Amino acid sequence: MTSIAAAGATPLIGPSIERPSRAREIRNAIPTDLIWTSFFAAVVPLVWILYTVITKGLSLLLSSTWWLESQRGITVRHVGGGAYHAIVGTLLQATVTALISVPIAIFTAVYLVEYGRGRLARAVSFMVDILTGIPSIVAALFIYALWVTTLGLDRAGFSVSLALVLLMLPVVVRSTEEMLRLVPNELREASYALGVPKWKTISRVVIPTAFSGIVTGVLLGLARVIGETAPLLILGPYTKEINFNLFSGNMAALPTMINWDRTQSLQPAVDRTWAAALTLILLVLLLNIAGRVIARFSRV
Amino acid sequence: MAQRIDVTDLNVYYGSFKAVEDVSMSVEPKSVTAFIGPSGCGKSTFLRTLNRMHEVIPGGRVEGKVELNGRDLYARTVDPVAVRRVVGMVFQRPNPFPTMTVFDNVAAGLRLNGVRNKKALSETVEQSLRGANLWDEVKDRLDKPGAGLSGGQQQRLCIARAIAVEPQVLLMDEPCSALDPISTLAIEDLINDLKSDYTIVIVTHNMQQAARISDRTAFFNLAATGKPGRLIEMNDTTKIFSNPTEKATEDYVSGRFG
Repeated sequence: MTSIAAAGATPLIGPSIERPSRAREIRNAIPTDLIWTSFFAAVVPLVWILYTVITKGLSLLLSSTWWLESQRGITVRHVGGGAYHAIVGTLLQATVTALISVPIAIFTAVYLVEYGRGRLARAVSFMVDILTGIPSIVAALFIYALWVTTLGLDRAGFSVSLALVLLMLPVVVRSTEEMLRLVPNELREASYALGVPKWKTISRVVIPTAFSGIVTGVLLGLARVIGETAPLLILGPYTKEINFNLFSGNMAALPTMINWDRTQSLQPAVDRTWAAALTLILLVLLLNIAGRVIARFSRV
Repeated sequence: MAQRIDVTDLNVYYGSFKAVEDVSMSVEPKSVTAFIGPSGCGKSTFLRTLNRMHEVIPGGRVEGKVELNGRDLYARTVDPVAVRRVVGMVFQRPNPFPTMTVFDNVAAGLRLNGVRNKKALSETVEQSLRGANLWDEVKDRLDKPGAGLSGGQQQRLCIARAIAVEPQVLLMDEPCSALDPISTLAIEDLINDLKSDYTIVIVTHNMQQAARISDRTAFFNLAATGKPGRLIEMNDTTKIFSNPTEKATEDYVSGRFG
């Protein structure tokens, strides 16, 4: 029987079963330590931010006035009032943004996955990629040029929503596309084999199967755009009063409330700044959790 | 209800690549016809042209005639979607709709084609599940998800779903290859029962299965790799397996290749 280590040659891999040498152990520990260091470098700022915002902002959030009253009549010296006007404004604008962007995004994703084959599909996909990279201020300027300069309308909550639509669209298109591609082709074939036309197959078989993933994508996209401040600075001037009208008058939102109170330097305003920041973080957190809960419980 | 199929000079292409060449055959009503042949010889491709599923693949096209009871399925006035209601198909891997219950799965073909009457749906679902030999096993769990059944049950569910729309012809593409022997036996018994009402065409890799359940058998083969598949011989099953005319058939059937 010949062996590779014939005639007294040294084997390529030693037959030893001893523990690794000291030198080997040290060489092993260095990358491990580097990885742990990077992990902390990433996590520490996150925890620090959360700690700062929570300690500085929590006290105001615990009273019901924060959630139910606006800032009407409150000046920089006053303690009191709430963020109701800003919360309502943010939620209203987010709802309108979702109502406009979700149907457009879903139809675009359906086109890209189920129908598009040629140059138009490639062009659309490319456009979506470009939209992904647009800075929020550019989107805001575009809507400003459209709404104010061209159409001559006054800035309003609805114009903010339009800018947010531009920012939310590519996110939802891409995530919906991925969810649709995850639906196995055999389901589509099973439906065709029953004599069901393509459009009905998509609306009654493919989309329901991908539904929970699509919802998650929408909620995550929404959570992304809720905190965008540039559109608000350009298109949504702050007000201290409650305003439900998306088309006339200034509408408050949480980012602009943070900005406003930040520019006043007295303590009550500073407290409000942090409290509004915490409220915004909580809102984004809730949307994220809702997205994941839906994904977990809709898994069939 | 069951109808005959007559295929004349059919050529099947994927784009410019010819996959199946010059097939002509007849399938008798209320019979079981098996397509056998080595892998890649075009049996499944040809089967899918019988219900116009081949053109779902981008680039898929067909030249020639496929007639169902004298009516050309590829005529310009014919709607491919309507053809698939009349010629049903069961696939190799069970594919129940995951978001639907057992009841909804069987009723899917009917509901998606506009049937709304609850009574008609319940009756048809029960009939189809009985016809697929699945009623007794699922009658207490009609509202549970269709994907919660075993593999053999899921395949019978797909068969029930296919027969619920009352097709004339049932095409089966290796329906038992993903199943264990006991489930396979159940499905073969089912095919035996179904043939009194439907024309059945089954593609199978398993020659013994073809010998067990089919009345007529068609043997497909490739001339060489890269060449299109052809129909080599088609005859009564007993003749194909005991005394075939072509040498290639005899070689395949006795296991010398394939």
